Amino acid sequence: MAAGTPNTTPLLSVRDLIVRFYTLRGVVHALEGVSFDVGREQSIGLVGETGCGKSITARSVLRLIDPPGRIDGGSIAFQGRDLIQLPETEMRAIRGADISMIMQEPKMSLNPVMRIGDQVAETLLIHDKSLNRRTARAQALDMLASVSIPDPKRLARRYPHELSGGMAQRIMIAMMLVTRPKLLIADEPTSALDVTIQAQIIELMNALIDDIQSSVLMISHDLGVVAETCDRVIVMYAGQVAEAGDVETVMSDPQHPYTAALLKTLPDQVDADEPLYSIKGNVPSLLTPPTGCRFAPRCEHAMARCHNERPRAIPLTADHQVACFLHDAAPEPAAEPAAVPA
Amino acid sequence: MAHYIMKRLFTLMITVAGIAVVTFFLSLVVPLDPLAAIAGPQSPPETVERLRKLYGFDQPTYVQFGRYVERLAEGDLGMSFQTNRPVLDDILNFFPATLELATIALIFSVVFGMILGILSAVYKDSLLDHFSRIISLIGVSMPVFWLGLLLLLVFYFQLGWLPEPGRLDIMLIEPPRITGVLLIDSVIAGDWEVFWDALWHAFLPAVVLGLFGLAGIARIARSSMLDVLSQEYIKTARIKGLSEYLVITRHALRNALVPTVTMIGLTYGSLLEGAVLTETIFSWPGLGRYLTTAFLTLDLNAIVGGTMLVAILYSVVNLLVDLLYAYLNPKITLAQHDA
Amino acid sequence: MPDAATKALDTADMRRLRAQARKRYLHDSYVLWKRNPITVTGTLIIVFLVLVALFAPWLATHDPYDQILAQRLMPPSWDNLFGTDNLGRDIYSRVVHGARLTLMIAVLVAAISAPIGLLVGVLSGYLGGIVDEVLMRLSDIFLAFPKLILAIAFAAALGTGLENAIIAISIANWPGYARLVRAETLAIRNSDYIQAIQVLGASRTRIMLQHITPMCLSTLIVRVSLDMGAIILIAAGLGFLGLGAQPPSPEWGLMVSDGRNYLVDQWWVSTLPGFAILIVVLGFNLVGDGLRDILDPHQRQS
Repeated sequence: MAAGTPNTTPLLSVRDLIVRFYTLRGVVHALEGVSFDVGREQSIGLVGETGCGKSITARSVLRLIDPPGRIDGGSIAFQGRDLIQLPETEMRAIRGADISMIMQEPKMSLNPVMRIGDQVAETLLIHDKSLNRRTARAQALDMLASVSIPDPKRLARRYPHELSGGMAQRIMIAMMLVTRPKLLIADEPTSALDVTIQAQIIELMNALIDDIQSSVLMISHDLGVVAETCDRVIVMYAGQVAEAGDVETVMSDPQHPYTAALLKTLPDQVDADEPLYSIKGNVPSLLTPPTGCRFAPRCEHAMARCHNERPRAIPLTADHQVACFLHDAAPEPAAEPAAVPA
Repeated sequence: MAHYIMKRLFTLMITVAGIAVVTFFLSLVVPLDPLAAIAGPQSPPETVERLRKLYGFDQPTYVQFGRYVERLAEGDLGMSFQTNRPVLDDILNFFPATLELATIALIFSVVFGMILGILSAVYKDSLLDHFSRIISLIGVSMPVFWLGLLLLLVFYFQLGWLPEPGRLDIMLIEPPRITGVLLIDSVIAGDWEVFWDALWHAFLPAVVLGLFGLAGIARIARSSMLDVLSQEYIKTARIKGLSEYLVITRHALRNALVPTVTMIGLTYGSLLEGAVLTETIFSWPGLGRYLTTAFLTLDLNAIVGGTMLVAILYSVVNLLVDLLYAYLNPKITLAQHDA
Repeated sequence: MPDAATKALDTADMRRLRAQARKRYLHDSYVLWKRNPITVTGTLIIVFLVLVALFAPWLATHDPYDQILAQRLMPPSWDNLFGTDNLGRDIYSRVVHGARLTLMIAVLVAAISAPIGLLVGVLSGYLGGIVDEVLMRLSDIFLAFPKLILAIAFAAALGTGLENAIIAISIANWPGYARLVRAETLAIRNSDYIQAIQVLGASRTRIMLQHITPMCLSTLIVRVSLDMGAIILIAAGLGFLGLGAQPPSPEWGLMVSDGRNYLVDQWWVSTLPGFAILIVVLGFNLVGDGLRDILDPHQRQS
């Protein structure tokens, strides 16, 4: 199973999460038994290829999966409470106040017909009943200043279409951190932005996170960004966790064949002369996922067992788990059930 | 802003000039000889010839067109063969009744259309959604003239719940004509009995006329609301912890309103169309009925004048709607709107 | 080598993949169609209309023009399913024959106005410049009139009658199609694909005829099918006002108008033909509504 130090409960603890999409062509098994923890003031990177379920994982934490998607099993414990079981009103009180999220397309994520200042102030007004319009606006202006926006007063009266992408993402950060949430989910916060400002945004975000002492779940397909900013990394593949551990350990000594392959695709890992490495084969269709390890069809080390049986997370050290039979010293007892009932 | 409006007004003027050409063309292709109709079937050819000269129909086409434009520029739409009065006077006389009817119908269709469409989108695939979609589908499929007849049959002839066709009870005396809109004139005259009776008489025709518009507005409101609800900023609002009610009222509604406003312009057009049929059925003394009579009797000047007025009105309404659209949508600064 | 791999994919594989994608698209469309009872109902209504129109002489129980004055204004009975009108004609037989007229009007208007719209739209969008300016101003002028008003005006000017009504409705109809096709053409014209063909030296006529027109066609066909209901309504409206089909033609709008004077005591004379209009227009609109959903990419995900 996933990590976690035995004595302190983690801030967020996801266990055996199952999410399915009931589509025209059949049931998409988007997440199948995803488990991980986010500790207090920890920043975790969630990496994997497009469609591996990173964003769905993040959205499940907020319980905001669009239909036809549905959480079909598992638990999401946040500060000891299972979010899946909470009534909608209590869940709403958590959204935006305790858990916030920054999205990929900052310009699309702001309401086009609402002034920026009002959008930032709104988060406060929703959650803090002691505030009135005026005091909330004042706080919003402070927040805008702290995301290094020049002349926040003037900007607060503007509309989103007048902003650049980088500016819009600063606004999003301000809007989502103004309530000092305990967990910030950042879904590819820089991938829609100009390369030149990506670093600035990440830096700004990290500074604010440190300041308000919250945790971050950073979703990215960019291992470089994760290596720079996160303490731990979770590698996902086709709706399952392949490997999880300390960033340095995982990056320098990957134990799952998928992680190793993913690292090989990084351009700065190879000589300029060598052709770029690419993982052979395609990501499996989640309509009819492989029965065993979902990576097995593409894996260079696949054994017979990999095609029939689902590997469970095997702890290598206290802080490093890998779901791969290569690390399973003793063969499984036959009676052991698969990690998660379907 | 001013620049944009000027530009639009200029295009409008070109359109009006085009409308004049089209209507003139209409008058040329009329195969029947309206003069023979005026003069009467028994009149000798000389009389018809004299009339022909009198109206200028003996001149070559381009001269006729020149005169026509000249007259238009002076605001002279010619005489109606039917009523023997200047067409412009006729139009000014009949138009307020249509304006009154169309406005009530527009209010009815906008209010109920928006409510129905938005609820339908918010509760997508619910019973209410299916119900409202079927209502609006029936609305756009309904032959207005038939519905009017049917409702008259049921509510006036059979049940007697609603008043007879017409604008006012025959026993009541119209207040002094100021605007020509009974509802306004009666208020000015302080004659509340007339006011309520006029409103009562307008109820059924307005509902019949408004139904088509209602259906169109409900459909657009639904689809634009659905579109808005799938946008990223709606997800943002939910992430912020807003209740679904606030997500819809504060974030979705105004964005959905923007495309719906465009529909109102189109609705107005359909109301003018519908007025032609509705007024015929409800004996409503408006422009629609005037035009229908003109068409049926080939009252050329009335046809040309009336059609032109309707087209100009329609264009002006569309211009106003575009301005409103630009006002509602901060993304459009008017200067670049035309690009 | 990667080159060889892409090359191999270019030919046979690409064609196979494309065929697969098309098949999947059609299959999804079918599933969406079948899943929506509204669309199925609409389709059935249209199929029914076509069948009635085809077999009208066999379905009719009487000659639709046969006046039996002794049996005027008879209520519906086994002998006269929908009753008889003021001239003693069998309303059921007239409604059945009217289906032919309705279908003919809808098809002819589409067949006249769609090609005009296509021609104007492609020329305007592809050639641009002065041609575009003139053609679009022209269509603006036509669009400045509400459709029914324009159709009525032309119907009156051309002289009453079914043929002229069809021409009049077509005149009112084409500008909308021209606008649509122009927008589509503009998008296609700027695509890399057309740019490439231009570089290769294809003539403008050839590009317009062989490349742009076929690509605009599907959008246009969808739009025309969405318009069918509205076309029928306008035709019926013209008939009702006496500016469309002329007596003794069994056109539905005209029949409603004929029955107006007998509304109070002989409700069936007006009501049943009007009901036929409603049902048929509803059928077209139901299909149109479903079509919109089926073609909507959002719907495909769920």
